[in-house]
Amino acid sequence: MHPNPDWPLYEIFVRARGGLDHKHVGSVHAADAAMALEHARDVYTRRLEGVSVWVVRSTDILASDPAEADALFEPARDKVYRHPTFYDIPKEVETL
Amino acid sequence: MYTQGLNELAARPLAAMQEDPALLRRFEARIDAEEKIEPKDWMPDAYRQTLIRQISQHAHSEIVGMLPEGNWITRAPSLLRKSILIAKVQDEGGHGAYLYSATETLGISRAELIEQLLSGAAKYSSIFNYPTLTWADVGAIGWLVDGAAIMNQIPLCRCSYGPYSRAMIRICKEESFHQRQGYDLMLKLARGSAAQRAIAQDALNRWWWPSLMMFGPPDTASPHTALSVRWKIKRFTNDELRQKFVDFTVPQARFLGLEIPDPALRWDAERGQHVVGEIDWSEFQDVVRGNGPCNRDRLQARRDAHESGRWVREAALAHAAKHARAAAA
Ligand SMILES: [Fe+2]
Ligand SMILES: [Fe+2]
Repeated sequence: MHPNPDWPLYEIFVRARGGLDHKHVGSVHAADAAMALEHARDVYTRRLEGVSVWVVRSTDILASDPAEADALFEPARDKVYRHPTFYDIPKEVETL
Repeated sequence: MYTQGLNELAARPLAAMQEDPALLRRFEARIDAEEKIEPKDWMPDAYRQTLIRQISQHAHSEIVGMLPEGNWITRAPSLLRKSILIAKVQDEGGHGAYLYSATETLGISRAELIEQLLSGAAKYSSIFNYPTLTWADVGAIGWLVDGAAIMNQIPLCRCSYGPYSRAMIRICKEESFHQRQGYDLMLKLARGSAAQRAIAQDALNRWWWPSLMMFGPPDTASPHTALSVRWKIKRFTNDELRQKFVDFTVPQARFLGLEIPDPALRWDAERGQHVVGEIDWSEFQDVVRGNGPCNRDRLQARRDAHESGRWVREAALAHAAKHARAAAA
């Protein structure tokens, strides 16, 4: 281990306005989650960029492997019938 | 620019040839298609190492860049100017934080990055090794140094590495305020008393040439450019960006009624560009090598801050560990 270990890393998610999703904006180091919230406020919302912040320990996130993306998402590829445009509805049916 | 020290590090374009050819081909096809490369994607080692150096140098520049302006916070001439300057310097700290975060996605720790800065192994922009002697220097830095930074940073928003590009977009949104507050300060001085005009001119005299040097050595002496352009880390060469900066800045100086300290400066009507006199690259090399007016001071200030903050970092960790144990019990 490095002689001066970093504080743990937290991923930061900010809700820009009421009604929107929280969106990943970056990360901060902090001793604990409460401090991560304060750092996130200072680093990512100096210009009213948010109304709510989530912090998550980076090591608690499990991410899919980009090299496996083809296999992972392949099952969705050939199911065109999931999309409304797959169906030809006669023009006469006006309200569908 | 903020990463000008890159130009003197050993170039490793050949390393790209030692990568798995199929993976390299896929990677370059993605770059050609303007796709972004993300942290967990496969990338050539030379791409990773170039980015680590470039983004961390950029981060170090933001952090060291807080020092010359921070020097004037307690002596700002009004409460408003003081508030503006604090906000500006705080932004630079934020820029450093975004960029360190982006660098860490490439697999290097924050502790290693800080150590590289404090040991002198890493470079930061030469511009921050010049002193801020008068209040007008705060205006000249905002106008010229942040102005030059913007020139460089706008194309970096389209950099092929996703986390760097996103950090640059955030930074660029904030830089415009930096440049405008600086120009506004210069304008107030330029329209003020004879003494105020004199410090404004003096600041321009001292910051003009170092600002031009911020873009790094001329293209003929920049071995890194070709690969960086091919992998879309860099979109324009040093000379192209420097020229753009000159063409934007000369009319701004004229509006202030200040004189650019370059007797050879002229307008070339045929090329539609300004032509500047000879840049003294020996001064630049000297500052990059550590012999600028403030190199030692700047590093010492960072080392002192790091050392005197050590007990706080350790205490915060101990406090967090104690509370985690209490919560688990
Ligand atoms: Fe900045
Ligand atoms: Fe700035």
